Amino acid sequence: MTAIDPTAHLTAEQIEELGRELDAIRDEVIADRGEKDAAYIRKVISAQRKLELVSRGVLLFSIFPPAWLIGTAGLSVAKIMDNMEIGHNILHGQWDWMRDPKIHSTTWEWDHVSPSEQWKHSHNELHHTYTNVIGKDNDLGYGIMRVDEDQRWHPFHLGQPLWNFLNACFFEYGIAAYDLELGKNLRKRRRKNPEFRARAKAVGRKIRKQVLKDYVIHPLLSGPSFLPTLAATFTANLVRNIWTHSVIMCGHFPEGVQVFERRSIKGETRGQWYLRQMMGSANISGSKAMHFMTGNLSHQIEHHLFPDLPSNRYAEVAVKVRALFEKYELEYVTGPLPKQVFSAWHKVFRLSLPNKKPKVKTPDREQELVAA
Amino acid sequence: MVTTPLLPSDYLDLVSPLRAGADLRGRIEAVHPETGDAATIVIRPGRGWRGHTAGQYVRIGVDVDGVRLWRAYSLTSPTNRQDGRVTITVKAIPDGKVSNHLVRRAKPGTLIQLDQPTGDFVLPQAKPAKVLYLTAGSGITPVMGMLRDTEFDDVVMVHSAPQAQDVIFRNELHDLVADKKLRLTELHTDTDGVLDITRLAELVPDWAERETWACGPAGLLDAAEKHWSEHGVQERLHTERFRPGIVVAGDGGEVTFSATGKTVDADGATPLLDVGEEAGVLMPSGCRMGICFGCVTPLKAGAVRDLRTGEITEAEPGVLIQTCVSAAAGPCDIER
Repeated sequence: MTAIDPTAHLTAEQIEELGRELDAIRDEVIADRGEKDAAYIRKVISAQRKLELVSRGVLLFSIFPPAWLIGTAGLSVAKIMDNMEIGHNILHGQWDWMRDPKIHSTTWEWDHVSPSEQWKHSHNELHHTYTNVIGKDNDLGYGIMRVDEDQRWHPFHLGQPLWNFLNACFFEYGIAAYDLELGKNLRKRRRKNPEFRARAKAVGRKIRKQVLKDYVIHPLLSGPSFLPTLAATFTANLVRNIWTHSVIMCGHFPEGVQVFERRSIKGETRGQWYLRQMMGSANISGSKAMHFMTGNLSHQIEHHLFPDLPSNRYAEVAVKVRALFEKYELEYVTGPLPKQVFSAWHKVFRLSLPNKKPKVKTPDREQELVAA
Repeated sequence: MVTTPLLPSDYLDLVSPLRAGADLRGRIEAVHPETGDAATIVIRPGRGWRGHTAGQYVRIGVDVDGVRLWRAYSLTSPTNRQDGRVTITVKAIPDGKVSNHLVRRAKPGTLIQLDQPTGDFVLPQAKPAKVLYLTAGSGITPVMGMLRDTEFDDVVMVHSAPQAQDVIFRNELHDLVADKKLRLTELHTDTDGVLDITRLAELVPDWAERETWACGPAGLLDAAEKHWSEHGVQERLHTERFRPGIVVAGDGGEVTFSATGKTVDADGATPLLDVGEEAGVLMPSGCRMGICFGCVTPLKAGAVRDLRTGEITEAEPGVLIQTCVSAAAGPCDIER
């Protein structure tokens, strides 16, 4: 939908060939998937639990500033691990092949106020299927922001830097509201829909549990350290929220990422679906530790191509995927975290103001499909 | 509340996976080779283990190449073993994923999943006067559990194996013979041929008077059941069959949706999601391209083929399939 279609130079045959090459990369990993991968996720889960236990233990003495600092840092990292490398990826079914009922997309629950079941629907099903299709993929701006020139401007968007900042601070609540489609459902009539009410109740239960755990029970257990522990858990949740929000913004918002029109995906082939994932996602470059802390969502492009491959494999897959980008002369959008975060925020600010409609209209993908 | 969304047990499992109250697990403590392709696995079961009766089997869940697979094996340890450990004896069968893993690759220290022991191939409370054990190959394993557990005054065993070196527990059996606790007929089928059950009387003249426990390949058990009933003594024969149904993966087949009670024919190329919806079964669905895992459903029986990779998945407890990218590979049962 940008002025110039960056995939215009590809023929239909090339796109299908690209799809076959990507399938081959996927098959290779699946054929090789095994004991090492299983050991990896078990190790990460066990490390996360130990870190959380130790951090909460240290926070019992958070009346002493060094204990507060160490405990808060540890708990923040533990919460990030829980949501990113563990929760997000298990809920994608990346580890279902192990047939371990304890590490399975159908049984996993995460430290997040959105219940797994609801998140899987809005994320796995809607976002991953309709990636970056305006009107179908609400992850584009979460329904509260304008992230593409072609979206209609509304005075409400003037405030979007502020909405985005608040969303970052309370991201897990934002996601829960988003998974509930709260805006739409709070309108008259819909409110009484029993299915919506059941889902809202489930969110309420999770919020209650998390609030009790983080803001009541653990502070109480800390006795004289009540207030410092309360502040620590609040800080850890805040850090986790801002971090995950930043990482996730980098996945689809930076400059150079394409969005698509609803009609452009009609009758989409496997090759075209792959191509849309390639053009609709962006990576974060960095160290192994960086990839780990982002839950390997720094390999967002690879994740969108193969959402069910184990996350520890994205790094090796990325080398092959990048070679395909080069072969087909496509732009692999990537960069260090600060650059990508800046780029995404820049877009949020820029699009909070109205813009002129782009002068050059993209040739209609649908017509191209018919012609091909 | 303290650990939400996890349970306290999730943390306790980190330090004490075998404690009372945990999911039942066991730790492999040793692997002793028995023959070229069989080994005895010594397992320390978790505190929740309720103990077994000689002749029973246990289902164990072992991670092979990262994938948890469940199989049943007879317990070969006596029930009064002092150290609280139990043993299973496993024969590696060709292409057997779990059996080869256990015999050749299992390492002491590994955790496995356990079910409580079960099975009615057991000795009666009242001791029979005369006993016959009729076994072949790894069919000796439950019987060895019995031999080690309960002594009888008059025990005969007829055991078949390809060659002498294939006889599992051979030394121990010969020790029992030397102590006059057992009369043993060892048949080597590579040289002697397979036991002709109608000629059993030549080996054990009073076979019909003996309470008999038989375990081995289906052919042997079928022949024994026929023979015993022809002589009107079928109540004296107790049999144990390993792996009653073997799945043969084909192309398409009859699909049963067991929760709704519908059965339809499916070809080997149509996703089961479509097959179910076509038949009016309420199927959970999502992306319809294998990425969102919104359609996973238990596979209760049979086999399915992954339409993307061609990989065959056979039904086992706990196996879930993605119906949008799986097609019937033979008759199968989907829990919908």
